[in-house]
Amino acid sequence: MKAFQVVKKEHLSEQVWRMKIFAPHIAKKHKAGQFVILRVEEKGERIPLTVADSDSKAGVITLIFQVVGATTHKLSCLKEGDCLRDLVGPLGTPTHIEKYGSVVAVGGGIGIAPLYPIVKALKAAGNRLIGILGARTKSLLILEEEMRALMDETLISTDDGSYGERGVVTDVLKRLKERGEKIDLVIAIGPAIMMKFVCALTAEYKLPTLVSLNPIMVDGTGMCGACRVEIGGETKFACVDGPEFDGHKVNWDLLMKRLRFYNEQEKVSYELAKKCTCGGD
Amino acid sequence: MAKKIEPRVPMPEQSPKERIRNFNEVPYGYTPEMAKKEASRCLQCKKPKCVSGCPVEINIPSFIGLVKEGDFGGAIKKIKETNLLPAICGRVCPQETQCEEVCVLAKNGQPVAIGRLERFCADWERSLGEEKISLPKCAPPTGKKVAVVGAGPAGLTVASDLAKLGHKVTIFEALHKPGGVLVYGIPEFRLPKEIVFAEVRILQKLGVELITNYIVGKTETVDELLERYDAVFIGTGAGAPAFMRIPGENLGGIYSANEYLTRSNLMKAYLFPETDTPIHRGKVVAVIGGGNVAMDSARTALRLGAERVLLIYRRTREEMPARAEEVHHAEEEGVEFHFLTNPVRYHGDEKGNVKEMECLKMRLGEPDSSGRPRPVPIENSNFRLSVDTVIVAIGNLANPIVPKSTPNLTVNKNGNIVADEDGRTSREGVFAGGDIVTGAATVISAMGAGRRAARAIHSYIMEKSSR
Repeated sequence: MKAFQVVKKEHLSEQVWRMKIFAPHIAKKHKAGQFVILRVEEKGERIPLTVADSDSKAGVITLIFQVVGATTHKLSCLKEGDCLRDLVGPLGTPTHIEKYGSVVAVGGGIGIAPLYPIVKALKAAGNRLIGILGARTKSLLILEEEMRALMDETLISTDDGSYGERGVVTDVLKRLKERGEKIDLVIAIGPAIMMKFVCALTAEYKLPTLVSLNPIMVDGTGMCGACRVEIGGETKFACVDGPEFDGHKVNWDLLMKRLRFYNEQEKVSYELAKKCTCGGD
Repeated sequence: MAKKIEPRVPMPEQSPKERIRNFNEVPYGYTPEMAKKEASRCLQCKKPKCVSGCPVEINIPSFIGLVKEGDFGGAIKKIKETNLLPAICGRVCPQETQCEEVCVLAKNGQPVAIGRLERFCADWERSLGEEKISLPKCAPPTGKKVAVVGAGPAGLTVASDLAKLGHKVTIFEALHKPGGVLVYGIPEFRLPKEIVFAEVRILQKLGVELITNYIVGKTETVDELLERYDAVFIGTGAGAPAFMRIPGENLGGIYSANEYLTRSNLMKAYLFPETDTPIHRGKVVAVIGGGNVAMDSARTALRLGAERVLLIYRRTREEMPARAEEVHHAEEEGVEFHFLTNPVRYHGDEKGNVKEMECLKMRLGEPDSSGRPRPVPIENSNFRLSVDTVIVAIGNLANPIVPKSTPNLTVNKNGNIVADEDGRTSREGVFAGGDIVTGAATVISAMGAGRRAARAIHSYIMEKSSR
């Protein structure tokens, strides 16, 4: 097998793919909460993706991604047997895993993918786990079975009510709290806006809340500072100081504004990339 | 009667008007005739001061003598006895404070153009074709293995010196391309990347193995490397940008110089959308700082189409750490210098992007620890400048990944690895050199440190095996 070769590729939902990639060095070292940086081809951009799973024996890591721009589009065009141009990791500080007691894991959309290895590790550490999985609509919900297998209880919500209950993840969390559930830790991963509202709610309940941030990155090793985030008024580099932080201290508006900085250019490069009709699967 | 000294032969270059519209190298370099003429200005001093002014002690009068005779092949061989990266050094060394500063002719303000001649020899050899480039002789294999962390100037020097001594060297590089700051930091118009890659290919021909996309400290730790290698050299550079920690510094459009230059140089964002990595093409760009990195950032911003580039420096022209040549080029290209000025706050628009920079006027006070006059703010002198892009080029700190993941490796209060003159650290078998030890400095000083560390590594591994 060649370095960074795609060993398996599966369609998980509209625009969401799961890829297993041969990267023995990374598989050996990967811990929950860490990410990789990849480049699909020579003219491509470096993008970070959280490792969704790893198998050190097979030397394989799993990446799950949603096609949202040029790089993820090009990535989705790779076939089994093709190789990524570059792949480096594992990066970032691993999740601190211990027996907290009862942990609520909130995953929204593609955020369920990075949540999965953390839940797996928390389960192994003996925690009781309640999952709240949210998606826009039923067909976009990913990893439901895998998550259910780890959870003591799994609750699902969709924006349009096509599956589980109609509404957003915070509604579910609210009711969980109202029914008197004892919660020791909340972990929320999803779009910034979802994490922001989960944190606003858990701040009211005074529940410690961990989030994983996804700012724009270039090198991923602390060299450039593109991924600056503000945590409790202090500037941190998400690539080395994170990507996980105390959700109650995050400056969410800053994160969301910085994420939008290249919107115009991203549209241009995505349109150009789509003209290349290698056509996914 | 003293012989009349001819003036320095000027090096032809792209005109400022033309070059700010492209990323091609600014100087064209000497022709053979120009090189011979310039070489003939050398007085061939009996006790040459230039050699001791060179951190890697190139036999300068000797190579210049060969250039004068037209023996360019002999000249490049002479240079390569002590410097394997002459095409790079000829371009980015601060010769005016090293070899050329102590040249006897410098008294008249016109030292021999040693850097230009070094560059000429290297380019002449490269123009013959890569297969004709002479490889230095390597000692028979010793069976010893050395891991070099970081493919920048220090690491490349260590690798070449140890390969020549017969050791098996593997370089581990975090980024997807080798070269370190030579590739992500220094722009194409000052150092064409192909020159760096050609030098690296020569190292590979000497048997050096290069592994990119490999972060020591993450992918594998220094301690794990020590199980597989007889010694480890750490040359990870000054890879963490400093910010001023002033309000508004995280607004959109405010970059560290590292990010701005990495996007443009390593990721080729100046070719966007032909390449995928975007960069903000600002109309009014402020660059904070007075070093070479600030000049590189300012000149890159011009080439990316800025209408105005304001260089903001808190001291005066005299204290600027940038090379005179870089300042001169920046001025010629239209960079506006604002001295005795320091930003104190940024103001943003509704989208969270920078629109104004609030500055204070400064005056010079008593000398500080660097020996330069301390800039002192003038109270109530606040004023605002409209800008849409800011590049913070006030220096780099040590990258923490290797020190944090290596137990008992001593670092100083700035996070730099503590090492002696020969690169020995607090850990046996672990050596370090370049910016990770000294803090941000020059390419050639990192190469000098690499040279000394290579000698120390050689004696360490040879003694260890005879014990």
